Amino acid sequence: MPHLSINSQTVEFQPGQTILDLCEALSINIPTLCHLAGTTPTGTCGVCLVEEAKAGMVKACSTPAEAGLEIRTHGVAVREARKKAIEALVATGNHNCGVAGAMTESFTDFQMDAGDMEASYDLCPVWGDCRLQDLVYEYQARTGLFDSGWKKEVPDVANPMIVRDFSRCIGCGRCVKACNEVQVNLAIDMDRSNGRDVVATKEGNGLVESNCVFCGECIQACPVGALVEKKAQNQWRPWEIEKIRTTCPYCGVGCQQWLHVKDEKIVKVTGVEEGAPNKGRLCVKGRFGYDFIYSDERIKRPVIRENGEFKEVSWDHALDYTADRLKAIIDESGPDALAGVSCARSINEDSYQMQKLFRAVFKTNNIDHCART
Amino acid sequence: MTNSFGEFSRARMFFVIGSNMTEAHPVASTFVKNAVQNGAALIVADPRRHKLAEFADIHLGLKVGSDIALLNGLMHVLIKENLYDRDFVENHTEDFDKLAAVVETYPPERAADITGIDAAAIVETARRLASVKPVMVCYTLGITEHTCGRNNVVSVANLQMLLGNMGAECGGVNPLRGQNNVQGACDMGALPNVFPGYQAVVDPAAREKFEKFWNVDHLPDQNGLMIPHMMEGLEKRKVRAFWIFGENLANTEPDITKVEKELGSAEFLICQDIFFNETTRFADVVFPAAAWSENDGTFTNSERRVSRVRTASPPPGEARPNWWIFREIAKRFGQEWESESGQDIWDNEISQLAPALGGIKYHRIEEDGLQWPCPSMDHPGTGFLHGKGSFTRGRGQFLPAEWTPPAEVPCEAFPYVLSTGRRLYHYHTRTQTGRCSGLNDLLGEETADISPVDAGRLGIAQGEYIRVSSRRGQVRVRAKVTEEVPEGMVWMAFHFRENNANWLANPAFDPITLTAEYKACAVNIEKQA
Repeated sequence: MPHLSINSQTVEFQPGQTILDLCEALSINIPTLCHLAGTTPTGTCGVCLVEEAKAGMVKACSTPAEAGLEIRTHGVAVREARKKAIEALVATGNHNCGVAGAMTESFTDFQMDAGDMEASYDLCPVWGDCRLQDLVYEYQARTGLFDSGWKKEVPDVANPMIVRDFSRCIGCGRCVKACNEVQVNLAIDMDRSNGRDVVATKEGNGLVESNCVFCGECIQACPVGALVEKKAQNQWRPWEIEKIRTTCPYCGVGCQQWLHVKDEKIVKVTGVEEGAPNKGRLCVKGRFGYDFIYSDERIKRPVIRENGEFKEVSWDHALDYTADRLKAIIDESGPDALAGVSCARSINEDSYQMQKLFRAVFKTNNIDHCART
Repeated sequence: MTNSFGEFSRARMFFVIGSNMTEAHPVASTFVKNAVQNGAALIVADPRRHKLAEFADIHLGLKVGSDIALLNGLMHVLIKENLYDRDFVENHTEDFDKLAAVVETYPPERAADITGIDAAAIVETARRLASVKPVMVCYTLGITEHTCGRNNVVSVANLQMLLGNMGAECGGVNPLRGQNNVQGACDMGALPNVFPGYQAVVDPAAREKFEKFWNVDHLPDQNGLMIPHMMEGLEKRKVRAFWIFGENLANTEPDITKVEKELGSAEFLICQDIFFNETTRFADVVFPAAAWSENDGTFTNSERRVSRVRTASPPPGEARPNWWIFREIAKRFGQEWESESGQDIWDNEISQLAPALGGIKYHRIEEDGLQWPCPSMDHPGTGFLHGKGSFTRGRGQFLPAEWTPPAEVPCEAFPYVLSTGRRLYHYHTRTQTGRCSGLNDLLGEETADISPVDAGRLGIAQGEYIRVSSRRGQVRVRAKVTEEVPEGMVWMAFHFRENNANWLANPAFDPITLTAEYKACAVNIEKQA
């Protein structure tokens, strides 16, 4: 098997593997930003630089392993090169997160504007949950070193689900990869026609007119605050969140979800990246179809029909009344005068319990559910 | 599913029949599309040229309800051209001769007549299917929701056995289950003929086992009623009390007028749900239930994977977990059930009683779930079934089926075929998705999807209100003119009450499964005055 060296260690590889693949297998931490697992590399961000003895700085994500390469993943030169790449990325857009001193307005005005939708270019919605911010901090990158070409833009909110703020886009292309190579909805692409990488819909002007099916995979892939969920906007901060793993309540795929919960309320849903079977993917209902549980229309108390109208009663009353009616019917007509339909949406334990009630208590097998319909 | 979603991205060929995967199982479809991007072949058989068909090498736009003719035609070619897996058939199956005798009568020309597909395309498809091994077959309700649904299913299985595609990774017969826990509800014995773990209620040994475990006597020894017979029983007063847990039958069953008459004649109707809906209008008692993410439990997905469901929020008001409600009723009948949580019920009862679930305990599924059969605590779970061609009953049995037309076919008064199903942005009767911000903006009302040819002939413009009528009812609905739908077909969903497809659908059932023929009935479409 061919081999190369990483940090003076001899490493065997298989054709097709990249330097990044090898480093990951060796648990060597290489910072990445544009890299999206399972998709073809773009090498746009330049954050994963490593040093090769002859070639100098190369991108780990897009450099194929070749026999004889001598790679160094750490050291002052590597660190400085990565820092420069990060500083260049910061300069491409509105990334004022770590640098309150760089603001021109007063901090008070900044705070006063922060809740205003139109002013969301001031306070980043993903502050504290941003891959770029993490890297700026880790590498102590400085801002203001490069001439910044970005201009304030009002975020695109012309769809029900996704806020697109191009002033924060770093052009990494992860959203494009997520749309085209992960979910394969083929809705967006990188438009280079104006000499600058801009994410654009392939058809139509906005997401609604495009092939977009609002799976939100692009939000999950976005490493910065350029794409965020419209739901529960401005209602939570990343550090207030407890993440609870669960299974999606819609179709039979059984996607694994992270519920992002603040004060016992779901504010956002993401896919469990390594979880089976969905490997981080969700659809529009899995990602955005959670808030029905908070509807004011939920049934909150047992009701019984009296004189044609529903009347709220206590649990004891409702249960006693039901049991008495059922006992009377069983006494008169036998247990097969009862029938029940269980719920294919609810948990296993509920269906088990219902069939047990019908069989072991009522003594009828008249129990079914919608498997046949 | 005999196989797993994890195999999709590695599969080399898919045959997807009667499944609009990109809308009904969107995440599953992403893995199919990934495989296609990586060179896998895709054959789609569906009357509609839906999104997944755009990725297909071959799209077979068969007529609604002609699946058996197509499948028999394919098998005819496989046998005639000696392309089937002789070794698998000889060593792992039985009744091949019976199959051969039936499919002998479905030469491509006859299959073409019935399906509307070119005979040459049927021959080519058969050859393609035989060129790769294994092929993964996926289907959904397009196969089952017919009066011949059971025969459709066995025909799919016949094809896969003939091709020797059973018992292998990236092969198998893979029905994608429509609801998050329809697999689990079956596994739990919410069926009239089996206890949890598919142990027959007519088997004395099984009854004895459950009597002992539940500490009761005289468990009923006859199969119970299936849903359609329960509902008919309401009208005949044979069923006097009806308990509906988490179903909106008034909108989901075919022929709403008939269904509401049946619900209206229930003497005592109990509904247990999270919202008042069209069905609770008929209730005498409504129990407020905890919803998804309001109590701990498990779901079992299409690939038999038991995964955890966890609590994120408390239920509102006095809503309670469903298992608690059933337990309280049992108590009033003098039975004290020990289990006091989802985990108690699973770990101490379900996994003790169902052999295939014996090795699944909550502590083993904290992260990824386990796929049954998982009979013991050291068992890793089962990704694909029937390994090495060994079936539960021993040899795989060919069950040949003759094609039969839908119960209702187009006629002069109702010259179009209505087929129904789900759309991406909503789920069933919208009790849930209709209350999620944004989803109604993405899809705010129902449409009747019709072909440009029919729209042109009737002078129907895009988005114009039309009337769709069947022998059972009529609805006013906007027309959506789309190339996806072939001439002569109308396609609608059941998400919205006022123009729900079930006002029109035919309550004709498969004689064995009692699955309704949601996929085919005769309708007329007219411009609205």
